[in-house]
Amino acid sequence: MNFSEVFKQSNQLCKVSPDGKYLATCVQYRLVVRDFNSLQIVHLYTFLDPVMHMEWSSDSLFILCAMYKRGLVQVWSLEQPDWHCKIDEGSIGLVSSRWSPDGRHILNTTEFSLRVTVWSLCTKSVSYIKYPKACQKDFTADGRYMALAERRECKDYISVFVCDDWHLLRHFESETQDLAGLEWSPNSCVLAVWDSCLEYKILLYSLDGRLLSSYSAYEWSLGIKSVAWSPSSQFLAIGSYDEKVRILNHITWKKITQFEHPATIINAKAVVFKEVEKRPVVGSEDLSIHQLTVDNSLFSTQSKYEITQLPAQVPVIKPDPDRANPKIGISALAFSAGNHYLATKNDNMPQNLWVWDMQRLSLLAVLEQTAPVRCFVWDPHRPRLALCTGNTKVYLWSPVGCVSVNVPVEGSFQVQSLFWHCSGSSLVLLSKEHICLCYVDAEEEK
Amino acid sequence: MGDWWTPAMMPDPSLDNKELSSISGISMSPSRQNSHHSLHSTMVLPKTSYSVISAFCTEENISQCIAYINQEVCSLGLTGVSLESESGGLSAVLVLNLLYEVLQLQRRAQRALHELETQQLKNSSDLEHLQHSNCRLKDQLEHTRRENSGLHEGERQLQLKIKTLQNCLKSEKEEVQKLQSIISSRATQYNHDSKRKERECTKLKERLNQLLMDKRDKKLSIEMSNYVGRSDGKRGLWKTSKMEARHEGEMYRALLSDYETRQRSLVLENSELKKVLQHMKKDMIAILSPKNVCVQPEPADDSLEQAVSEGEEEAGDRSRESLEQSCEQAREQLTNSIRLQWRKLKSHMERLDSQVSLEREGDEVMSRKEHEDEMQRMRLELQQCKEFIHMQQQLLQQQLSSPCDEETAALLNDCYTLEEKERLKEEWRLFSEQKRNFERERKNFTEAAIRLGHERKAFEEDRAVWLKTQFLNMTPFVDRKRPALSEPHGALAVSTEPEAKLQSTPPLVTKSQSYSVFSTPKAAPVKMPSTADLYRTLHLIPESRGHGKCASGKMLTKSRLRNCSTDCSVISLVRDESSPV
Repeated sequence: MNFSEVFKQSNQLCKVSPDGKYLATCVQYRLVVRDFNSLQIVHLYTFLDPVMHMEWSSDSLFILCAMYKRGLVQVWSLEQPDWHCKIDEGSIGLVSSRWSPDGRHILNTTEFSLRVTVWSLCTKSVSYIKYPKACQKDFTADGRYMALAERRECKDYISVFVCDDWHLLRHFESETQDLAGLEWSPNSCVLAVWDSCLEYKILLYSLDGRLLSSYSAYEWSLGIKSVAWSPSSQFLAIGSYDEKVRILNHITWKKITQFEHPATIINAKAVVFKEVEKRPVVGSEDLSIHQLTVDNSLFSTQSKYEITQLPAQVPVIKPDPDRANPKIGISALAFSAGNHYLATKNDNMPQNLWVWDMQRLSLLAVLEQTAPVRCFVWDPHRPRLALCTGNTKVYLWSPVGCVSVNVPVEGSFQVQSLFWHCSGSSLVLLSKEHICLCYVDAEEEK
Repeated sequence: MGDWWTPAMMPDPSLDNKELSSISGISMSPSRQNSHHSLHSTMVLPKTSYSVISAFCTEENISQCIAYINQEVCSLGLTGVSLESESGGLSAVLVLNLLYEVLQLQRRAQRALHELETQQLKNSSDLEHLQHSNCRLKDQLEHTRRENSGLHEGERQLQLKIKTLQNCLKSEKEEVQKLQSIISSRATQYNHDSKRKERECTKLKERLNQLLMDKRDKKLSIEMSNYVGRSDGKRGLWKTSKMEARHEGEMYRALLSDYETRQRSLVLENSELKKVLQHMKKDMIAILSPKNVCVQPEPADDSLEQAVSEGEEEAGDRSRESLEQSCEQAREQLTNSIRLQWRKLKSHMERLDSQVSLEREGDEVMSRKEHEDEMQRMRLELQQCKEFIHMQQQLLQQQLSSPCDEETAALLNDCYTLEEKERLKEEWRLFSEQKRNFERERKNFTEAAIRLGHERKAFEEDRAVWLKTQFLNMTPFVDRKRPALSEPHGALAVSTEPEAKLQSTPPLVTKSQSYSVFSTPKAAPVKMPSTADLYRTLHLIPESRGHGKCASGKMLTKSRLRNCSTDCSVISLVRDESSPV
């Protein structure tokens, strides 16, 4: 496992182009585009204001940078460095800006969700979509359709647009009290729509607007917190406030199984990896100033995983019942690339990450970190999970085991978030103000 | 006292014996009796009151007495035999008869009285018992009453509590209802408000939109160097109904393709499942049929099994065929065949289980045999190892004895002598230790022997004294000679001792020979010989009996002395003989 040198970054703005060739980072007013392999600067763009949002177009030809405070969007072309586009949303304000899947249209959401403006780079034309519900839109994986939640006459509606020419394909009322989210299945045929957390309700619509099924696990208590499709569209995992994940199948849309997150793990087939920190023992004679300055690894603690004997106790925090959005329930879940594994995180067990085997539909591993898990991402090709906990280490899990790797850079590099390069060969680690690339070899796993 | 008599027509059962006796004890003059002539005294007078009778009748008043008695007897309803004889005297027969009758009467009355008394006693005790039980029951009643009242009180309190709790529950229910209604009203209010707000919000948004549109916001703009081509390279198309239709078509195509892929995957899965099913069936048939044959290799069964397996195979074929058929037709057949086979498998498993339990015994025998074999093998191995070791030793010896280099030999010798020395030292140490132990033991032993000797001596002395006294007690002249014997005792014992020793030593040397000789003196104290015998054996009877009487007294004392000494020696001999035991 190798690490690159550290680069500056701001606002956690660092994206790899979809083709994997370039790495774009924003540093205050500037946008730096590097070649991913050589890390040489390819382009450098300067803006009028600190960039708040940055996004590559799907064909990796353009970069969109949004400055929400000014209501301004700037687009740069990689092929033609002198080409430039500037979109001003005017006094109405801007809260969100995204590319359409074709990379030729920009969808801007104005303040108060007043409307969605669709700007075309091909024709310079502008079109509006009224009554959008705060940023509730999702494109299909093939980029052909967009589903948008709307609110009209105190009722939720869903509009399905054809992204080619923004033709409204379907417009139907959804049976939700207060729609909280929608997500297309990876095969672009089923749209999952769920209600706000006040009610456990998930609806499944076909592309043509038919209601395929609806599912509700229970009533009267806080409901859905997170939803994830498996890459094969075979499973729909629903994480809820009752600390359970329910898996629906794609044929009957009924529950296959539910994964509970108990405080005591007694499942004999599960392996509990516990991160154990140990400080390097240094003799007092070694503690010279010279040593301290040169060897900063002195301060960083080493950690390793130990397999805990079952039954294992999971540290649980008690959520405050008087506050909104209580820290309880499954807040994040993600399927591995091959559909084999599902990783979940329960908010009242923030130090634990749960990995489930989707073939056996059982718990496979539990990772107990010393600090709350910040972020976890699956390798886009292999069953390999990277996670970080806001300290100077990166953790990797694979079916063969667990490793913790200290980021060997000068100063402390506290990994706040991370994501994989699309090839799965390297990881991009982000600290508060820096980034670092971590090259993970396939052999390293073994 | 007369009051007692007047109402006593019949013997009062309430009066007890004592009272009766006291009454009877009252001396009653006949004159007084006469004055109360009309009174019928049915009193049965006890026998002790003869004195009264004697007082009752005197020589003077015989006739009166007779009259009185007559009267009394008549009143008693006895035979009415008048005691007055014609002659004026008493006929003894009549009197006796009367007396007898009276006695009978009296006895009967006595018996009745006894019975009545016992009855009375019983009754009184019954009464007492009843009173007791009554008392107890009363207490109990009181107690239960009290308890009852307590329970009543408790019940009342509980009822009260229930009432209050019910009230509470009712109020709580009301509260809940109220709260629910409040909640629902609030919810509706909230929903209404939120809707109103939302409407206002949308209105505002609308207005804002309108304003923005009207104002022609100058800032709202796009600046672009030049147009960009579409990503697919095509040109944009106009929005027409044709386009709409195309979109619809595309959508449906996408849906259709999705459904098709799904169906294909399902078909694939189905066929795979069918394959698995078929495989399972085949396996099942394979497992079921040949096992049956091998388990029961009876020729009679064989054909039957064959037929069964054939039938199964047929069924399998049929089901295979049916699998290819459409599902609805096949389903029933399939499930039936599976069920059948499953049942067979189950029974087969059960049979196997039972067989396993049978086979286990055979297994044990096998294992024992195996054990035996193993033991044999191990023994053999041990033997081999021993031989090997022996051979090695021999070789070593040879090597040592063989003349190899002088130096090494010397070295080896040295080694050996050193070793030998070590061993000897060790042995020496051991030996000395043992010796020490031995010494200690010996010392102990001698001490014990000395102690034993002392004890023996004491015992012997005791015994000598005892025997002596015994012997002396037996002798006829004990009463005469005791005083004389007791006085010279000490001197005598001292004087006789050397003599006894002298006499005792020879028999000790020739013990076996002298045994028969000494049996007589040994038997002497046991047999308690007569004095004459003793004298004879001890040669104490002097031949010179015919000497003067005066001299006999002197002789007697002398012989007595001698007799004593010999006696002592005899005793000592006996003692000697018994002591070594």
